[in-house]
This record gives sequence, C-alpha cells and structure tokens, in this order.
Amino acid sequence: MIIGTVTGEVYSTINHPFYDGKKLLIVEKARFDGTPSGDYLIAIDSVGAGVGQEVLVLDEGNGARQIVQSATAPLRSIIVGIIDEVTRNP
Amino acid sequence: MLLGRVIGKVVPCVTCTGLESVPMLWVQPLDKTGKPKGSPIVAADSTRMAGPGELVYYEGGREAAMTLDPVFVPVDHAVVGIVDDVHNS
Repeated sequence: MIIGTVTGEVYSTINHPFYDGKKLLIVEKARFDGTPSGDYLIAIDSVGAGVGQEVLVLDEGNGARQIVQSATAPLRSIIVGIIDEVTRNP
Repeated sequence: MLLGRVIGKVVPCVTCTGLESVPMLWVQPLDKTGKPKGSPIVAADSTRMAGPGELVYYEGGREAAMTLDPVFVPVDHAVVGIVDDVHNS
C-alpha cells in the first residue's frame, strides 16, 4: 500500500460502466519523510476521503476487486484508509 | 489510473483475435498539473467515444484488458473514461 495526500477530484460522465457514480480522487504519493514526491495516481474511494487528507491507497488489482466485490471490475487503485498519524523511525 | 491527452488515433489493419474493431488511441501521459510526462503510449479505448484532443484517464496492466469484452486480450493500456473536469489544489 501507498501513503499519499488527496489533492483533487476528477469528474467524468463518459466512462466504463463500472465507474458510474464512483468518486475519483487524485492522490499525490508521499516520500518517506512525508513530502510530496511529484508522482500521483487516480484512485476510487471506499472510505469517504476528501481533498487535503492523508490516505492509504491499495494499488493492486485483485485486492481492489475484492473490496468492491466484483471479479470483473477494471480497477487497481482504491483508497482503503484515512491516516491519523504516521510514526517515522529513520 | 493516470491522466492522459489523446494526441491521435491508431488504426491497425491486422490484429490479434479479440482486438478486432477495438479503437486504439495514441495517448500522451500527463503529470498532476496537466503537463506532458514521458513517452506517448497506444491505448485501447473502452469508452469507444474518446477522440484527439480530449483529456482522459487510463489504466495500465492487467486491468486494462479487463475494460474490454472479451477480457483476455493482449492490451497493456486502456482509456477508462473521458474527463469532464479536474479540481486540483
């Protein structure tokens, strides 16, 4: 899983039927020290995350499809947690 | 998934079984701010509606093939949706 910060939302009308009504969030990946790495991904949300929050993103297809309970969903990235606190021990 | 800009269409005359009549788009990957990042890729179009100039989001890997019907086709990137708007802080 990846730690990142939600920085934005993507709106779409014409999409694959699976994504109808799904909230798409832009998540900026974080470095170990918590600073933004410049890399990002677009993930769907399963926990009610919003812009500005630090989140946990699952970036693996089979696990993601298990969460949405669909064997055929073309899905890889899903937000699975909102982070309260991270303890870093460098 | 990542953002991309459709920069062209690709029309193959001979394709693998399962890829007949699947539209192929030439997509320039974009960074978070919409600037081009990396080399263009050819992606299958699962919306069947995207065209040059449009902002899209695409999936890579195994999940790309899963956007199509049948799903067991040799595809490594696929356009999943056309972007109406992006709100980015």
